[in-house]
Amino acid sequence: MTLPKSTAAIRVQQAGPLTLLQDQGRFGCRHLGVTQGGAADLYSWAWANYLAGNSWGAACLEITLGGLQLVAEKDLVIAVTGADLGATLDQKPLPLWQQVVWKEGQTLAFATPLSGLRAYLAIQGGLAAEPVLDSVACVSREQLGGLDGRGNKLAQGDRLAVHAQTSKPQERPHQAPEDARLDFSQTPVLELLPGAQIGEFTGRSLYAAFNSRWRVDNRADRMGVRLTGPRLDCRITSMISEGINLGSVQVPPDGQPIALLNDRQTIGGYPRLGALTPLSASRLAQCLPGQEVQLKARGSGPLLEKHRRFLEFFSN
Amino acid sequence: MTETRLPMQPRLESAGLDAWILRLFDRIDETNLPWLTALTHDCEVALGDALVDLVPSYTTLLVVFDPLKLSPQAARQQLEVVISRLQPEDTLTPGRSHELPTYYHPSVGPDLERVAQHTGLSVDAVIACHSEKSYRVFALGFAPGFAFMGLADPQIECPRFDTPRQRVPVGSVALAARQTAAYPAATPGGWNLLGRTSARLFDRDREGFSLLQVGDEVRFLAVDREEFVRLGGDLTPVEAKL
Repeated sequence: MTLPKSTAAIRVQQAGPLTLLQDQGRFGCRHLGVTQGGAADLYSWAWANYLAGNSWGAACLEITLGGLQLVAEKDLVIAVTGADLGATLDQKPLPLWQQVVWKEGQTLAFATPLSGLRAYLAIQGGLAAEPVLDSVACVSREQLGGLDGRGNKLAQGDRLAVHAQTSKPQERPHQAPEDARLDFSQTPVLELLPGAQIGEFTGRSLYAAFNSRWRVDNRADRMGVRLTGPRLDCRITSMISEGINLGSVQVPPDGQPIALLNDRQTIGGYPRLGALTPLSASRLAQCLPGQEVQLKARGSGPLLEKHRRFLEFFSN
Repeated sequence: MTETRLPMQPRLESAGLDAWILRLFDRIDETNLPWLTALTHDCEVALGDALVDLVPSYTTLLVVFDPLKLSPQAARQQLEVVISRLQPEDTLTPGRSHELPTYYHPSVGPDLERVAQHTGLSVDAVIACHSEKSYRVFALGFAPGFAFMGLADPQIECPRFDTPRQRVPVGSVALAARQTAAYPAATPGGWNLLGRTSARLFDRDREGFSLLQVGDEVRFLAVDREEFVRLGGDLTPVEAKL
């Protein structure tokens, strides 16, 4: 898509294997079979926008694995959070989790994953694209969203436009506090709210589910992440298909769980252990194949408290 | 007015910090629809601006809400009230009716022969049987605008493929067991392809986006090649199964 030069702000010199425009996702349309989409690591996405001076919902780039090179066509205020993909600004290391000025003509590059899988680049004002069903979230499988509205990932030669900053950015810290920056090299403990079929799993399987280390399989993408480990047996092998929420951990007859993420199918028919919290789903989306994760079942009280604190912090 | 009762005690099941599943039935039946349609509507009214998404399916409704506007406990209480007052939608006001012009032919329906062999019917009899019945939309999912419809006549019941096709063309009309559907976009798929419709099933420029909605009534109207092309149908043959 070509944009008038006046609005274009960034030129894509090299697109990388999977760079997608993402906002918070597409809602109010799941009954049409349209998936959620949106930033797979909502936590890092929210911090990127916050640090760049944007409000909740602004579109960012979700950069998976790296391989991206961008040139600024005007001075921009940005923040990069999430995975450490060895980002550089004119070949100097780019500080993450803080506001940075990206000057006209400078090249911002993302190399390869050093820690984590997906980085988020927020630009003050937010990236501009025509929303489809009220969202620019790019879902290639559904041909919805993204720069051209047709679900295409970033391509070499694309020009990215930025919304004009209409109001003065809010006075905020320009750096995320140390404890907010996640260390993706640690083995994450993913918190799960048990679901209705949990009682149908055998006792041995439940013990294994919450006391084993699970390995992230290479069958992992924005739809879902397959975990390999001990076989989990459920007395129900298949169910009548029903709506599935973000983070649902379903167990097909092969006994290996799949945690469903943003681009999941809207309905499905496997029994579920429960649902990861949105923050745990975010954390899982940063895991590379071969990494280990643990599952921990918890009651809704503390999980809800944590989730609400997260939403409240960023919705102000 | 006589009260109609549900065949089982409805259940509320946790589906995450921001969602409940309302389970009304434990088996697929066309008579589930008036209840689920009413439930969907009543939940929309009850939750108001705290509602995020509603996903009806064959026996359940997934209700997703905004946890900043409603706690799971408060949502649960509201949904319990909805269920306690639930009455099935008046059957005199069902969903909309659609006729999907469909070209049944081996070039675009390469599995007509498979279904014929499996059922012992002739290809013509399979086509007649599939196109004579009207179907209900039970659920949307799998892909935008993909409607799961049923139930097909038991005479043409035929299982899906163990290994799906890599690419099923847009508009393909398909059968799996006693369910039928039409593909709104080219996707992988393991259903038996009987033909192709010229109808645009998902259109981002249309109000409501999806041609078919849960509760709608659908008939596949057999048309000849000429009419199919006139309606804008695509004759590109299905790629050989990998």
